[in-house]
Amino acid sequence: MEHTSLLERILRGAALALVVIFFMFPIAWIFMMSFQTNETILRIPPQLVFEPTLANYTALITGKLMTAAGTLDIAFMRNLGNSVFLSVTSVAVSLLLGVPAAYAFARHKFRGSEDIAFTLLSFKFAPALLVLLPLTLYFQKLGLANTYIGLIWVYQLICLPLILWIVRGYFEDIPADIEYAYRIGGHSWFATFRKIALPLAGPGIAAAGLLAFIFAWNNFVFALVLASADKQPVTVGALAFITSSGIQYGQISAAIVLSITPTLALALYAQRYLVEGLSLGAVKG
Amino acid sequence: MASLELRNVVKRYKSQTVLDNLSLTVADGETLVLFGPSGAGKTVLLRLVAGVIDPDEGKILIGGDDMTDVDAEFRGVGMAFQNFALFPHMSAFDNIATPLEATRSSQSAIKAGVESVAKLLKIAHVLSHKPRALSNGQKQRTALARALVGSPPLLLLDDPLRNVDAKLRFEMRLELPRLLADRGATVVYVTQDYKEAMALGDRIAVMSQGVIRQLGTPEQIYREPANIEIARLFGDPAINLLDVKPARDARGVYVGLSNVQVHLAEVPETAIGRDCIIGLRPEALHFVGENEPGAIPVTVEAETPLNEKIVTLVRTVRGREILVSRPAGTPGRNEGKAHISVDGKSALLFDHASGERIGSKNVIKLRNGEAA
Repeated sequence: MEHTSLLERILRGAALALVVIFFMFPIAWIFMMSFQTNETILRIPPQLVFEPTLANYTALITGKLMTAAGTLDIAFMRNLGNSVFLSVTSVAVSLLLGVPAAYAFARHKFRGSEDIAFTLLSFKFAPALLVLLPLTLYFQKLGLANTYIGLIWVYQLICLPLILWIVRGYFEDIPADIEYAYRIGGHSWFATFRKIALPLAGPGIAAAGLLAFIFAWNNFVFALVLASADKQPVTVGALAFITSSGIQYGQISAAIVLSITPTLALALYAQRYLVEGLSLGAVKG
Repeated sequence: MASLELRNVVKRYKSQTVLDNLSLTVADGETLVLFGPSGAGKTVLLRLVAGVIDPDEGKILIGGDDMTDVDAEFRGVGMAFQNFALFPHMSAFDNIATPLEATRSSQSAIKAGVESVAKLLKIAHVLSHKPRALSNGQKQRTALARALVGSPPLLLLDDPLRNVDAKLRFEMRLELPRLLADRGATVVYVTQDYKEAMALGDRIAVMSQGVIRQLGTPEQIYREPANIEIARLFGDPAINLLDVKPARDARGVYVGLSNVQVHLAEVPETAIGRDCIIGLRPEALHFVGENEPGAIPVTVEAETPLNEKIVTLVRTVRGREILVSRPAGTPGRNEGKAHISVDGKSALLFDHASGERIGSKNVIKLRNGEAA
């Protein structure tokens, strides 16, 4: 351990604290707002001391939003359910399609394989708004607009390239000799994929899946255009809090807290896989 | 039991030809060593036989059956890799058991099979360890055990001793021939270590640039190398190579070494007057008294005692440096002026331009300079 002076340690601590405050302040402030009424939130100057209320959470969970203009039905819990359903299903479909495809791209250099892989990646280049209009027209013609299947399909634009490219890298990192050794031992290529490649790329697949889940969860614009109220995820559902009688900051904050909880929990749970995934190089030797 | 035959095999990567129209036959139960520098195509050849890569042209026959288009898992070969290629997520036991699992053996048969081969290779005590907890030597033995466990009739060993330390390599070099002979399997063994090649091979195939340059017993490769390159690769210290121009007198063809005429036998007429290189094995040179016939005057430059032999660097009158090797404990000179003589049997003559050896056997007959 190299010697560090007291001053250096203090300065380092201060710098770290500054960074943490900078990034955590909005989240902490939102967390505090979720326990306040609109009146206390909008007080000027803002105050750190307030009387906490669970009214925002109650309103979200019961689905009854009390505003100055009267009671308003909101479908927040349904939105949350939609988010979970859409994200989980999309990632599952992406993994099902993307992992074997990634393996193929990593191990079998067939004619045009690079082009196909790049085309899939290029889906991430185009701004979502650019593809939305033609997509909406097609979907309406095909009867896919405002269906879960349609949404999950569109979500593949987000999840599939991500999973494909990340997982492909992990497959490529597995020394080919390890797979050869298994095949020479008398196992089919599919058994090799299942028993050797999949377990060794496991941490990478988990990391890619988590990342894809977060992207899918946070998606806004596809669902805004392609889904109506009963199929919208939380990101779009939050718009309901901008009511004719004003913006419901308290409920928005509570909704944010509730909607980041699943991703946060998942990220915390999967943290060790993420770290392991990043150090997959240890496979060699 | 299985013989191996390669017929006109060609393998290209992009524009580069890695194996160039290569044919090779390995008899049933024979151990063939593929020897050559890295990039010679040895590993590619082994992988073609294993079936993990496909040849562009040619046929591969195992036990007389055409296996060219047969997938790796149906070829019934065992292979050990240079980098071990152990499955990092499985214990040593599970690693070794994989070939048995493929044959759908019963659990008890698998256990018995793994344990017997582990005992043979002295790794029975580490079977529960994951590869990362094994030493390099244990990894190497695990990889070897995995190749052996299914008793494959054809064993492919890709430089299995490359990544282990010198002591273990020496140990395994002694152990392996017996182990392989007991199995009765046909073995193709790849190595870059000429001592390993000499110790293990019934025959050695010397490869470079995708072509087999010479195929023969270890004795043949050492005594009658096909070209300068092979002569240089086999032997430590390396063979002495000197430029000479063979000439002819009444007694036959001779070359001049420091004004001493050394007569060669069985040199074709075409060699006379051509630029040639003579190869003299260090152990075929001896320190002799000044008055011995054929004594060549030299100056001793340096002496390096190795364990079982002493290597002396000497300089001839013409300033050419020559290595002389002698068993430890035998008399020699370690400084000043000395004389050396050439042992009759092992001098080799190569064509300067092509590097090919001239004549089938160059038995040297020494003639004293004054006789000419």
